[in-house]
Amino acid sequence: MVENRPWLDALAHAILILGVVIVAFPLYVTFVASTLTYDQIVNVPMPLLPGDQLIENYSHVLRSGSEKGSSAPVSTMLLNSVVMAAGVAIGKIAISIISAFAIVYFRFPLRKFFFWMIFVTLMLPIEVRIIPTFKVASDLHLLDTYQGLILPLIASATATFLFRQFFLTIPDELAEAARMDGASPMRFFWDVVLPLSKTNMAALFVILFILGWNQYLWPLLITSREEMYTVVIGIKRMIAGGDATSEWNLIMATAMLALLPPALVVVLMQKWFVKGLVETEK
Amino acid sequence: MAEIRLQGVRKTYDKLEVVHGVDVAIADGEFIVIVGPSGCGKSTVLRMIAGLEQISDGEIAIAGKRVNEVEPKDRNIAMVFQNYALYPHMTVYENMSYGLRIRRMPPAEIRGRVERAAKILELSSLLERRPRELSGGQRQRVAMGRAIVREPAAFLFDEPLSNLDAKLRVQMRLEIQKLHRELRTTSIFVTHDQVEAMTLADRMIVMNAGIVEQIGRPIHVYEDPASLFVAGFIGSPAMNFLSGKRKGDEVEIAGTAMRVPLPAALRAGAPEAIVVGIRPEHLVQGSAGAPVFRFRVDTVEALGADSHVHGALGEATLVARVEGHVTPDVGTQLEFSAMPDKLYFFDTATGKRLRA
Repeated sequence: MVENRPWLDALAHAILILGVVIVAFPLYVTFVASTLTYDQIVNVPMPLLPGDQLIENYSHVLRSGSEKGSSAPVSTMLLNSVVMAAGVAIGKIAISIISAFAIVYFRFPLRKFFFWMIFVTLMLPIEVRIIPTFKVASDLHLLDTYQGLILPLIASATATFLFRQFFLTIPDELAEAARMDGASPMRFFWDVVLPLSKTNMAALFVILFILGWNQYLWPLLITSREEMYTVVIGIKRMIAGGDATSEWNLIMATAMLALLPPALVVVLMQKWFVKGLVETEK
Repeated sequence: MAEIRLQGVRKTYDKLEVVHGVDVAIADGEFIVIVGPSGCGKSTVLRMIAGLEQISDGEIAIAGKRVNEVEPKDRNIAMVFQNYALYPHMTVYENMSYGLRIRRMPPAEIRGRVERAAKILELSSLLERRPRELSGGQRQRVAMGRAIVREPAAFLFDEPLSNLDAKLRVQMRLEIQKLHRELRTTSIFVTHDQVEAMTLADRMIVMNAGIVEQIGRPIHVYEDPASLFVAGFIGSPAMNFLSGKRKGDEVEIAGTAMRVPLPAALRAGAPEAIVVGIRPEHLVQGSAGAPVFRFRVDTVEALGADSHVHGALGEATLVARVEGHVTPDVGTQLEFSAMPDKLYFFDTATGKRLRA
């Protein structure tokens, strides 16, 4: 507000800072833990100031994971995760934008029916159809492959629905003008619809990338070899079960590493992301 | 450049017929305005000519060639839309050249054509701008530019001025007139604004409820309307209508004792119920003319150049147009008269003009 009351300002700041501290503290602890030695971390209480093992821990997990749990190198897992998340995000956008285009701009038999079919699948999460999906993936020899990680997640009713809603806001006259100009439907798609959807695509990419990155159940099922683990699975595998001790310093380093790419995507695409959510170029 | 011929053109949606047969031959270079109230089917006719709507029945020919089954892009016509329909992400230059680029015209020729059109439309300095950086009038000019560069056989305008403010509308109207004088391309212009119709048209087509009421030169349509609808639609303020009953050789106006003599030529076969029409500008103050209209002033609209005097006569309301300095007080009784040859007689039942 425009009111100028110093104590109110101070109070507001205090509350906000407290909020930031509460939210950021676990992250900070994770970071601190990732810089300590194993001996320091099992001490109670754990030190709250960063140690000197930063380089060692991170380079260790990147090269060879954690010997006590899974010893697959985290660098491979990160790569797997990036391939999967980017593949899922790009694939979802590509497929859903084309389906939305078909549904909005073409009149074909059962158009409404197909739209509602897609819409209904919105209500079925992966978990519901996971067994048949796994069967199909295994019959197609997709276990332990990138295709297996990506393909079953690539159809997106949500994205189709969002693109459909966006296309419906594009004035009909634009399509008609393109028709008069002699553009074929696909030409119209490339020259007009796609450029107009840029910001929406960017916003969706951010959301879908993070969604793909955080996939847990599906990669857990479809990968059995360590080279194909995604980083989220990798973290789980590093935690040794039973009485064995887990190398928490290394696990925390992996967690920090797993955090970076999605954060990077958000930061780099923030401008587009916000644009896509709040405005349309019309 | 081409002539356009419509023959028995009809449009049906499911079972609902919205255009009930349009027949017109448009000459090469002619400027035709289709005018009518919203929902009268005028845009549908235009869209059928453009190829954006299927033709349910009848035939449309452009330059002597039947185009019913021809795709819009192959009809060699260009259209200007009401909301401009510019591609928002393209610059003015890209917008204007898009159709030519699709047709794979050599870049040098595209540049030449766009620059020529931009010069005619005074857009030369705006070629690198995007539509959202332009004003309404400029966008409208770009939309016209996009049509001009194609050098089509005909321009189709779908209410292109409705989105502009009043002042710009007048200005763009003049520009379209000038453009047509320069290019002499066959043009079909759809509007609900009778002023645009009167000022732009070589000939106008007045439509109502899917039916062509009258086709003719604007002044002819104004002076010699074929029906009640045309008489009421063209002209501002609208023609006064007084419904009446035939009493021998006269028409008695409903709710009054006033009688208007029926011209000798119309007496044979005149129906019982007749509407008498008189334009506001043909009512002259005083009782010098033949039928005298006596009414009490309800409202006066003083517009400066002239004043519109509103009053009630029997069951009807009446408007008279008088000179601007005449501003009678509300409530006074006034007398107007009209020359007998300025009266129009219509059949109440059919809405058609009574003709000799």
